[in-house]
Amino acid sequence: MTTQKKTDDRVALLQGTLDLLILKTLVMGPCHGQGVARLIQRQSEEVLFVDHGSLYLALQRLEDRKWISAKWGVSENNRKARFYTLTTKGRAQLAEKTSEWERLARAIGLILNNKGPQNEGA
Amino acid sequence: MLRNLFRRKRSEADFAAEIRSHLELEADELEREGVTHDEARYQAIRTFGNVREAQERFYLRGRSEWFENLSRDLRYALRQLHKNPSFALTAILVLAFGMGAALTIFAFVDAALIRPLPYAQPSRLVNLFESIPAGPRFHLSWLDYLDWKRRNHVFESVAFYSARSLDFNSGGDFVLDTPEGGERVLGTAVSSGFFRTLGVAPIIGRDFREGEDRSSSSNLVILSYAAWQKRFSSDTHVVGRALSLNGVSTTIIGVLPRSFQFAPTDATDFWVIASSAGCNQMRGCHNAYGIARLRQGASIAAASAEMNNIAAQLEKENPQSNFRRGATVLPLSDVIVGDIRPLLEMLLAGAALLLLIAITNVASLLMVRAEKRRREIALRNALGASTTRLAWQFLTEGLLLASSATAVGLALALLGIRMLKSLIPANRMQAMPYLEHITLNGHMIAAAVALSCVITVVCTLTPMLRLATNNMRDGLADGGRSGTNNVWKRFGSNLVAVELATAMVLLVCAGLLGQSFYRLSQVDTGMDIDNLAVLHVMTQPCAREGERPAGCTAPPPASDGDEQENALADEVLATLRALPGTKSAAITTDAPVGDGDGLSPISFPDMPDLGTPEANGRWVSEDYFSTLKAPLLQGRGISVHDDAKSPYVAVVNHSLAKRFFGTKSPIGSRLSFPGGDAVEIVGVIDDIKEGQLDTETRPAFYEPFRQLPNASFFVIVRTSQDVESALPSIVKSLRHLNQNITPSDGETMAERIHDSPSAYMHRASAWVVGCFAWMALLLGVVGLYGVIAYSVSQRTREIGVRMALGAQRSTIHRMVLGEAVRLALTGMAVGIVCSLAAGSLLHGLLFGVSAWDPATLLAVAAMLSVAVLAASFIPARTAALVDPMHALRAE
Repeated sequence: MTTQKKTDDRVALLQGTLDLLILKTLVMGPCHGQGVARLIQRQSEEVLFVDHGSLYLALQRLEDRKWISAKWGVSENNRKARFYTLTTKGRAQLAEKTSEWERLARAIGLILNNKGPQNEGA
Repeated sequence: MLRNLFRRKRSEADFAAEIRSHLELEADELEREGVTHDEARYQAIRTFGNVREAQERFYLRGRSEWFENLSRDLRYALRQLHKNPSFALTAILVLAFGMGAALTIFAFVDAALIRPLPYAQPSRLVNLFESIPAGPRFHLSWLDYLDWKRRNHVFESVAFYSARSLDFNSGGDFVLDTPEGGERVLGTAVSSGFFRTLGVAPIIGRDFREGEDRSSSSNLVILSYAAWQKRFSSDTHVVGRALSLNGVSTTIIGVLPRSFQFAPTDATDFWVIASSAGCNQMRGCHNAYGIARLRQGASIAAASAEMNNIAAQLEKENPQSNFRRGATVLPLSDVIVGDIRPLLEMLLAGAALLLLIAITNVASLLMVRAEKRRREIALRNALGASTTRLAWQFLTEGLLLASSATAVGLALALLGIRMLKSLIPANRMQAMPYLEHITLNGHMIAAAVALSCVITVVCTLTPMLRLATNNMRDGLADGGRSGTNNVWKRFGSNLVAVELATAMVLLVCAGLLGQSFYRLSQVDTGMDIDNLAVLHVMTQPCAREGERPAGCTAPPPASDGDEQENALADEVLATLRALPGTKSAAITTDAPVGDGDGLSPISFPDMPDLGTPEANGRWVSEDYFSTLKAPLLQGRGISVHDDAKSPYVAVVNHSLAKRFFGTKSPIGSRLSFPGGDAVEIVGVIDDIKEGQLDTETRPAFYEPFRQLPNASFFVIVRTSQDVESALPSIVKSLRHLNQNITPSDGETMAERIHDSPSAYMHRASAWVVGCFAWMALLLGVVGLYGVIAYSVSQRTREIGVRMALGAQRSTIHRMVLGEAVRLALTGMAVGIVCSLAAGSLLHGLLFGVSAWDPATLLAVAAMLSVAVLAASFIPARTAALVDPMHALRAE
């Protein structure tokens, strides 16, 4: 593949990852955007920081794809907030994307953990 | 994706509200964590980043995502095609050729069969003929026309138009006097209601008025647009001017619209008013046809029944002239495009088959490519590209292919139209004015767009089907380890078999048509056609029936018309014989290889009644048979002494002698026909093709021209040197001979045969279908090569294993060839069955060859086999040369 191709893939990878994380967060139950951002941050032990602008656009995208649905509601501390719920379609997507991700991670892990040079035939 | 474009979008205000709510929630939470109120607000805003930018992106999202994706897909598709230019080029060219062929033929079909005739409500227009026992489409006479018009109740109007008195190649049948001398022009005499029946009105001046055709005093003419432009420089004051047509001063009363055309009269420039004078005084003067407009709701069948009733009444009233004459009513469109319809339909079918092969070929190419791209696509899918996005990707690629192919295909079609038009001889083009202005038009573009859509769908669906057949994730899982994929192989191979079968059908059709054309060119015309020139000559004898043509300066000699006509004919013959290089020259009233018309009912007073057989009658000068080099079989030919003063005689052709006299000699028997005394048969000549090459030679009789001379006749000249270079001087010698003699441009006999309608029809169909067949063969073979080569490349490992286990190279070779042969045999078996069906559909277009011609089938099968073997030889060799060690290590 060409270099240009890789750039394309990288964008896709990031996008796909954020989608996956959002879906995963919503498995626990309906949540608003701010809650999703906090959860991702907290559960990744503050390693992953979500750009909030991107998050809301991602939420919108997932909503457009009917993987999640949204409804205005009231938060526990009585603030108006837009709550997102995982749809059946979204749940299926989550399963699929998780397994894909795991395979990819494993493959990358295999390569990165490979110690020492190897001959092509061995 | 499209859904988003049309769905009611979430408002920006709503999105802004969500962001505000986020900031409040975040601040609340920070406050709970111990940050002061103001600090919490500030931090929430800071961590959010650029709120305005997020809102902007939201605003752009719906709009830009679609375009962004499209442009990304487009760039990606272009890159894909660029990465594999040979695939792109092959696919686009293959499709473009297929489309080019289909669009070219479509343009002709559209012009001839789809676009309605340029008249008001053309479906209600019919053409009227008189029928005689020899056939249904014969000429109508003026008096019969008047009765038909008066007595019928099915037509709103009936009109009359004179038939061209000369055959297709003889030049115009009117003489227009110009300062440079007489010029042959196309003219037609019509009844006063002719243009009103068609629903056409002059753009300048007026139409003929009702009744003007009954008064013999008015000589009026309406000009065609072309004649008005060319001869009168589009002068708007042309009405009222006079011109001299056939030596008669005629007044211009109008000009027809530019769009007006009437194919049955060729490209007539001078529409004169018919009159009840002259020949039209006789009921037996059959020189015209009729057109009529059906009353609203009247059917052709009803019209036909009523007209035949009227014809039967007329036969009762005029038993002599109307003996066994009926009426034929045919839709005008059938009369105009009827001849060309089967040819065009066949060509359209051929082009469709070619396009089918092209699309099939590209589909199989796309499948091979999809196979190669399996991993890439699985990867994209894994990285988050939804199936819809992938589908859009394929659609973009398909669109790109189809639109490039359409652009090139349209260009090729324009080229093809020009080429096909150049295949039509000028005289045939005159008879098909509707083909003259074929160019890129709305219909063609619509057809191109429709085809392009079909191709896009095929190009999009094929790779998608291919990917749907196995789970996409397998693409990643098997890591490209190439087990031969059965689904693909079965489908791909079937496609190739379809291609080969289609190619076979086209090849067989081309073979049959080619053979027909060959047989046609081998038809015995009964003469030696080398160095023969044919011209038509019109003479204007002075003082015929009291008229005094403008050219007659000297007082008319005190002699009758026949003598004058004979004198003019003699002058023509003497001039031609005096030319250096002339071997002999002769006169005939109808040239050979003409329309086969000029039929007379004949009878034999010395024999029992034979019914009313018809025969071609020709009046020829002495030397006619020797000029043509037609062999005399019995008796004598026409001699110079057979003139008005000697007994009337006739020479009959072999067909007539055989049909009516069998083995007996006809010499000495008498032959008679209406309007003439019985004449003695003095000789039998071998058959000369009077009609078209593809028709059977009719019985014919030849009588001395001197005994019944005519003002208009053909001259046939045999030259000693090349006739083509001699022709101009022959024409010139006659043009400057006498003001009263107007020759046509002339042609060689070889040209006359080459350009004759039957030869042209057979040549055009053989050429075009031949081209299609070669393209089909090429595409079929390329397709087969692709499939076999691909299969070999996929099986390299398997072949390596086989060889490692001891298989011989020859075994591998056989294995690959075997696969190709299996495919080819399947294709050919289907092809043979379809060819037989296609052949029988072609039946009417064939000449001298049966639709189920085993020789053609065998030859085509042999040719295809050779092509198949050649196409599979290279991949088979590649397979046999596989190095097992290399193959096994390769993956």
